[in-house]
Amino acid sequence: MHADITLTVDGRRHQLRVDTRTTLLDALREDLGVTAPKKGCDHGQCGSCTVLLNGRRVVTCLVLAVAGDGAEVVTAAGLAEGGDLHPMQEAFMDHDAFQCGYCTPGQICSAVGMLDEAAAGWPSAATPPRASAEGAVAELDDTEIRERMSGNLCRCGAYAGIVSAIGDAARRTHAAAASGIPRPAREGGRR
Amino acid sequence: MDFLSPDTWAGALAAKAARPEAVPVMGGTDVMVELNLGRRRPHALLDLTRVPELARWGAEDGYTRVGAGVSYTRLVERVGSRAPALAAAARSVASPQIRNRGSVGGNLGGASPAGDCHPPLLAAGALVELASAAGVRRVPASEFYLGPGRTVRREDELVAAVLVPEPRGPQVFAKVGPRNAMVIAVVSFALALDVAARRAGTGIGSAGPTPLRARAAEEFLAREFDWAGGADPSPEAARRFGDLVAGAARPIDDVRGSAAYRRHALAVLARRAWARCAAEVRGGGV
Ligand SMILES: Cc1cc2nc3c(=O)[nH]c(=O)nc-3n(C[C@H](O)[C@H](O)[C@H](O)COP(=O)(O)OP(=O)(O)OC[C@H]3O[C@@H](n4cnc5c(N)ncnc54)[C@H](O)[C@@H]3O)c2cc1C
Ligand code: FES
Ligand code: FES
Repeated sequence: MHADITLTVDGRRHQLRVDTRTTLLDALREDLGVTAPKKGCDHGQCGSCTVLLNGRRVVTCLVLAVAGDGAEVVTAAGLAEGGDLHPMQEAFMDHDAFQCGYCTPGQICSAVGMLDEAAAGWPSAATPPRASAEGAVAELDDTEIRERMSGNLCRCGAYAGIVSAIGDAARRTHAAAASGIPRPAREGGRR
Repeated sequence: MDFLSPDTWAGALAAKAARPEAVPVMGGTDVMVELNLGRRRPHALLDLTRVPELARWGAEDGYTRVGAGVSYTRLVERVGSRAPALAAAARSVASPQIRNRGSVGGNLGGASPAGDCHPPLLAAGALVELASAAGVRRVPASEFYLGPGRTVRREDELVAAVLVPEPRGPQVFAKVGPRNAMVIAVVSFALALDVAARRAGTGIGSAGPTPLRARAAEEFLAREFDWAGGADPSPEAARRFGDLVAGAARPIDDVRGSAAYRRHALAVLARRAWARCAAEVRGGGV
């Protein structure tokens, strides 16, 4: 059985017809030619297919394309504003946070979604119980970052660079927010 | 494959009545793995993600009612302090991306003996609300599980919600696995104390055909726990408690661990859980 669906991907609206068995990952890569999300495992374990779906990080290999009808998808390729890289992308460059680059689009989407979650005060398994009860997630130290990024594997083992890149991007975003510089919009509208 | 996508709860129940063989899918984090691996080829999927009722939670007569579709992320964020052991389990499920989609309802629907929600639901004395076009019933978690993947849920029923009693004392969840994230538990254990009633509830995961309660251990702890002062147990009492918990398990040898290791690990988790609850009583954090 087939279904007609609408997806907004990196600001561009698409109408497409998919087999009801098609995953969002396959619809993006095979039907729309959006290859930023990668298929590492196809069962939710590696995180290389991570995108922001309606603003939340999810693994697209475990979402049916039909279930995503009407959704807004932002991939790593859609994070840049025109010619300007997203601060997370810049931080990955500055910190050599990759080697082969296969996991990188997933890592970056996951990291961007993670900073939003932390800013919203969501605790992680690494957050001390009392702090999380008060909704106060103090600082994104390396332990917090590692726990919160545990859904993304890197076969090249570039974790040291990944953790420091995310810490750096978190501080930059924090500083920008504190000084009133608007954060780059993530959703919709560009291109 | 037919794809049914009702946008109301009544519509979902009607669809399940008309097509009982349709496989419900919420977060899809279990169903999609089976589809992608070709382990399951259903004729119809019943997508529940557009049913607003399933994503709700709220207080109800001494319970917190958590809709079957509330994601783990939401559960931790919104319901955390009202269901501490369940929230602790929710935090440890899979990865953040999967917690953004996966749900308690999906955990109960799949009913894997290793599912992380089950021990806290058992320990806290939660109810599972099942609904069909014919009506609604609430089943104690301790009567819900029948075997691996098998529960008392009929084919025409859906899980509507879980009802977790308001906490009346310290609650603890712990699991053992090779690393912190993305591990199916080798064993897990939950302990929930009711300080006023001086009662203890337990739940064991991944160490039997179903999640289990350790009733003898519960009775022992109710007698031995220092309810007023929260003193640490004597080494003998702690060991006895660990042994009673391990003795209630019916583990097997499998790829994740041997039966002997599981018993050993359970006893350790149980002793630690007692110590943590005692510390909480001492700290007055109840
Ligand atoms: C990489 C990975 C790691 C994982 N790690 C863990 C882990 O650490 N701990 C753990 O417990 N689980 C783990 N899981 C399994 C899974 O994430 C959980 O079981 C989750 O709770 C499933 O929820 P869901 O909403 O995604 O369920 P779905 O996949 O949508 O459904 C799961 C089952 O429940 C049925 N179902 C769904 N909703 C209902 C309903 N309302 N009524 C009746 N039946 C229903 C479905 O038909 C299906 O049989 C992991 C999965 C993956 C892919
Ligand atoms: S391809 Fe989706 S998590 Fe690995
Ligand atoms: S850079 Fe190669 S997998 Fe991460």
